[in-house]
Amino acid sequence: MSEYAVIGKSVPRIDALKKVTGEAIYSGDITLPHMLHGKALRSPYPHAVIKRLDVTRARALDGVKAVITAADVPGFKVKSELSCPEAPHLARDKAVYAGQPIAVVAATSLRIAEEAIGLIDVEYEELPPLLDTAEAMKPDAPLIYPDLFTNRFGRGPTGKDNTPGNIAWHVIFERGNLETGFKGADLVLENTYRTQIVHQGYLEPMAAVADVDGDGRITVWTQNQGLFTARGTIADFLEVPLHRIKVMPVEIGGAFGGKTYQLLSPLCVLLSMKTGCPVRMEMTRDEVLAASRPAPGASITVKMGATRQGRITAISLSMFFDEGAFPERPYSMNAALTGIGLYRIPNLKLEVMDVLTNKVPAGSYRAPAAPPAAFAIESQLDLISRSLGIDPLQLRILNVAAEGDLLPNGATLPRVGFKETLLKMADTLNERGKSGNRGIACGFWRGAAGTFAASLYVNGDGTVTLATGVADVSGSRTGMVQLVAEEMGLPIETVAIATGDSDTAPYADMSTGSRTAYSLGTAVVEACRDAKAQLIGRAAKILEKDEGEIEYSRGVFRVRGNPDKSITLAKVARSSLFSPGEGPVIGRGSVGMPPFAPMIAVHAAEVDVDKETGKIKFLSFVAAQDVGKAINPAIVEGQIQGAVAQGIGWALMEDYIFDKGVMQNTSLLDYRMPTAADVPPVETVLVEVGSPSGPYGIRAVGEPPMVPVLAAVANAIHSATGVRIKELPMTPEVILKALKAQEASSSKG
Amino acid sequence: MMGCIRKFEYQAPRTLEEALEILGAHRNKAGILAGGTDLVVQLKQGVKRPACVVDVKKIPELNVLDWNPEEGLRIGAAVPISRILTFPVVRERYSILAQACSGMGSTQLRNRATLGGNVCNAAPSADSAPALLCLGAGATLASGKGSRVISLEEFFLSPGETVRLDTELLVEIRIPTPEAFSAGSYLKHATRERMDIAVAGVASFLTFSTPDRELKSIRIALGAVAPRPVRATRAEDVLTKTSFGRQAVEAAAEQAADEAEPISDVRGSLEYRREIVKVLTRRSLSKACESLGVKI
Amino acid sequence: MPESNGDKIELNIRVNGQNRVLTVEPYRTLLEILRYELGLTGTKEGCGSGNCGSCTVLLDGKAVNSCLVLVAEVEGKEITTIEGLSLRGELHPLQQAFIDEGAVQCGFCTPGVILTAKSFLESNPRPTETQIRRAIAGNLCRCTGYDKIVRAIMRVANQ
Repeated sequence: MSEYAVIGKSVPRIDALKKVTGEAIYSGDITLPHMLHGKALRSPYPHAVIKRLDVTRARALDGVKAVITAADVPGFKVKSELSCPEAPHLARDKAVYAGQPIAVVAATSLRIAEEAIGLIDVEYEELPPLLDTAEAMKPDAPLIYPDLFTNRFGRGPTGKDNTPGNIAWHVIFERGNLETGFKGADLVLENTYRTQIVHQGYLEPMAAVADVDGDGRITVWTQNQGLFTARGTIADFLEVPLHRIKVMPVEIGGAFGGKTYQLLSPLCVLLSMKTGCPVRMEMTRDEVLAASRPAPGASITVKMGATRQGRITAISLSMFFDEGAFPERPYSMNAALTGIGLYRIPNLKLEVMDVLTNKVPAGSYRAPAAPPAAFAIESQLDLISRSLGIDPLQLRILNVAAEGDLLPNGATLPRVGFKETLLKMADTLNERGKSGNRGIACGFWRGAAGTFAASLYVNGDGTVTLATGVADVSGSRTGMVQLVAEEMGLPIETVAIATGDSDTAPYADMSTGSRTAYSLGTAVVEACRDAKAQLIGRAAKILEKDEGEIEYSRGVFRVRGNPDKSITLAKVARSSLFSPGEGPVIGRGSVGMPPFAPMIAVHAAEVDVDKETGKIKFLSFVAAQDVGKAINPAIVEGQIQGAVAQGIGWALMEDYIFDKGVMQNTSLLDYRMPTAADVPPVETVLVEVGSPSGPYGIRAVGEPPMVPVLAAVANAIHSATGVRIKELPMTPEVILKALKAQEASSSKG
Repeated sequence: MMGCIRKFEYQAPRTLEEALEILGAHRNKAGILAGGTDLVVQLKQGVKRPACVVDVKKIPELNVLDWNPEEGLRIGAAVPISRILTFPVVRERYSILAQACSGMGSTQLRNRATLGGNVCNAAPSADSAPALLCLGAGATLASGKGSRVISLEEFFLSPGETVRLDTELLVEIRIPTPEAFSAGSYLKHATRERMDIAVAGVASFLTFSTPDRELKSIRIALGAVAPRPVRATRAEDVLTKTSFGRQAVEAAAEQAADEAEPISDVRGSLEYRREIVKVLTRRSLSKACESLGVKI
Repeated sequence: MPESNGDKIELNIRVNGQNRVLTVEPYRTLLEILRYELGLTGTKEGCGSGNCGSCTVLLDGKAVNSCLVLVAEVEGKEITTIEGLSLRGELHPLQQAFIDEGAVQCGFCTPGVILTAKSFLESNPRPTETQIRRAIAGNLCRCTGYDKIVRAIMRVANQ
């Protein structure tokens, strides 16, 4: 018997109907009268000086209404190229990655825009590209930017370096004494792991429509992971005040961190300003793969010491991220904050660097930095467990952190469900019996917390409308409706949710870091409680009693001890529209960075490896996770299953294949993502150790299930074949090569 | 990189004569449109820029799907793969072709793509080719001057190139009725389970004599490991010249790997492809034997 | 008979049960026409090259990638897009199953996979899970991991 009316129920998603009928509107579906089509000319070279750029012939083509270059961007002469992260970086004197936009054309049709692109005269002088992080890090390496100064954080000198380089961020967290820690270990193991550049793989290509009216008011429709974040990026890029820009809500065809960047809308706005017409741009799939913001490649060296009994005494983790050509986001900060969160290790050093190269700039991807870090750490723990003859889950249980333990950055862990989830997985696996082909791995996600507001309007007929400004990337709308229905004690059919635009909606932070349900939920609950308090006051007035005597339940206000004296919520709401001295009932909630509520995911993969071809087949996949409180179990399961599929693609088949800095596999044939025939059914196990700070104990769910997949698969392959693979992707060719090498070395020995 | 399709003139002839007239007039400026699953992509990439696109789907001869014991199987060049797969004779008598076709692309692609298109596009990895080579298929080419039949073995020249002249139209593929006690197997290796291009593909087709189960004939064909789909004739020789059994099969597999001329590209290295040819040859031969109840 | 020399052609097609006459260039794709001439934006473009299935429509009842069909090829043919699936306001069982099973997240792949599933089930009424997964292998989904999509299709098959 559930303690809640609506929380914990898998109610159908409220946006599902529109999506199954094709009515849902995505940014690519927007058309406006007199709309022009934009197309970018992109650099074919990863590093080249732009000696000459002449757009005259393009401008003269019939149907072309405007051509812009970096010189048209406000502040072009004085701003650093490194300003306005997350906006399009129109090349100035040089192109720093293949695919970088050089000029953008707006024309009456896409066909004409493409033709115009062909008429732009560019003279490039190729420069040797920096394609290797090791090369780029050398002190005498050529500089990609003359004004990139390393940001340092953590142990050691903090702040910006004095001399420029190619390292954007350098973060160090330390505690205890590594040397002592390793000395106290019976086993010390060091390995280097490598993960590749991968794309978030959202199915909907980036698209944007912008319209600037005669008053200079800007309206934008585009995919984003935050209306207000998008507004801010556009404002920065164009040096326009925030209140002149309105970002409209649209459905988003997948994001996973990749759509926090506004790569098209600022260009559309600029073109609209110049032409007086709405302008639309859409990326082709080639452009999405080669020129949006994929996740960076990483090199991770981990050294761990363990006692014979399995206690980890020390860990040194050093990570280098290949950030590509612009330092959009500090991956290193994420890595440092999330790399070693699960375990109680007294002596540690975490050193992470973001290094620039002449490749497409890196962006966020579902639990940024955590999957590569976990790939290394969880592979290492697996090797340690094999070496010491300890069950891999037991090894985790032995070392797992708990409430009160310190994270590497010094923060204290609040109540977490780490041990509970590990034990639950152990039970689940025991039930299934032993398996020779199984690999397990854990993942930690600290969780982000954001700033959100919510308004609850109580309508004159007793229905309620929740207004938020949140971009729904994970089904959050449905969860919020459930929260309101629960808090207000109303049937779910009487609750509506309205996502406003950036003019009318209450402020919302980005929908990233798994902060939405958790942080927004807090604001929503606050708004509900505020509305209820106001309603109780009004009810008390109407019933001529003190507020303290009024009880509320399921849409009815009653006088305590006098059940005949009551009034419905609908009546109270209606009367509030006509009561002198009062106003409509509007509940307000506002939350600023609630405390974080860390999460754990524990995965167990079982594989069958064809030892003659290296091809992998999944026999099973179990994903356990502490979700705090699953507001909507079906939505939570769907999030987990999707993340596992993405992780499988990352582990086995996705890759960026470069030739001299130019991506070669820009189609969805050769950028291989898993089809339905490539992934197993994923069994989800939801553990609910409530967070002390989330409403109803909820924790975020979207990112943790991404974290352990890479290592779970690598560990399963090791179980099935005896081969340890430390570099991704683990394609059949890579696996076969490793099998053959193992064969060769064992026949020698 | 993909972009808008350039302008072209569209023609949809209703008779073979009409089509041949158009080809005769436009020659290499004509693009032949059957399923479009290759051509439309090429048009978007700008790789092909025909002035005239000739839609051949309305021509009756290109839509024939028929079988009789004497003439064998006739597959019109414009017949979609999905239609071939539901033709009972294909499953009953030409299983190796069904195997090859069912692994091509996706449900959607198979509803449009054609055998004729797969053959004329002449990708070294064309999934239908190894099976067709094993089955001794022939291609009927028609032109204003008449028609000729070319064995598939002589049809492919190099990636994207066949013996078809600009003035010729592929009308049908004809596959003789296999002898009794024959079976074949096509195995394709790719990273994804479906929706992928073969890293290497091997088809083998064996005919045994009854009742003594002696190997009468053997054909082995390789895809994606040479500039064109090829028969592995030296591997075949190993099997015809030695007593049939596991050792011979292993030796044939080694020989097939040796005969292959793979290259390294984004989908796989040369060495890996060779290794896969060896493995798939052995497995393909075993599977074919298994389906006949022949033990090796 | 739509023949042309680069100029527009007159096209007679039947879309979602309605006869339509369009005057369009023959070198545009069916996907473009559906979305921009007919305003049927439920069919999506994900890749333009037949690799993602987001553009799937039924052409004479068969699932095809509309991004690879030239508009001239569909003269006289019957096209069903996702908008044509609900009959007089009633959802098709697949649409209902997708809602009930939680098989819809971002929704971008949804129209395409529903149409592929519809045509698949019509010729394969009792599929195994493996057959379903292979049948929809041409419809990429990045959000769901396919689990609930397969369940929804299986649910309809078992009805």
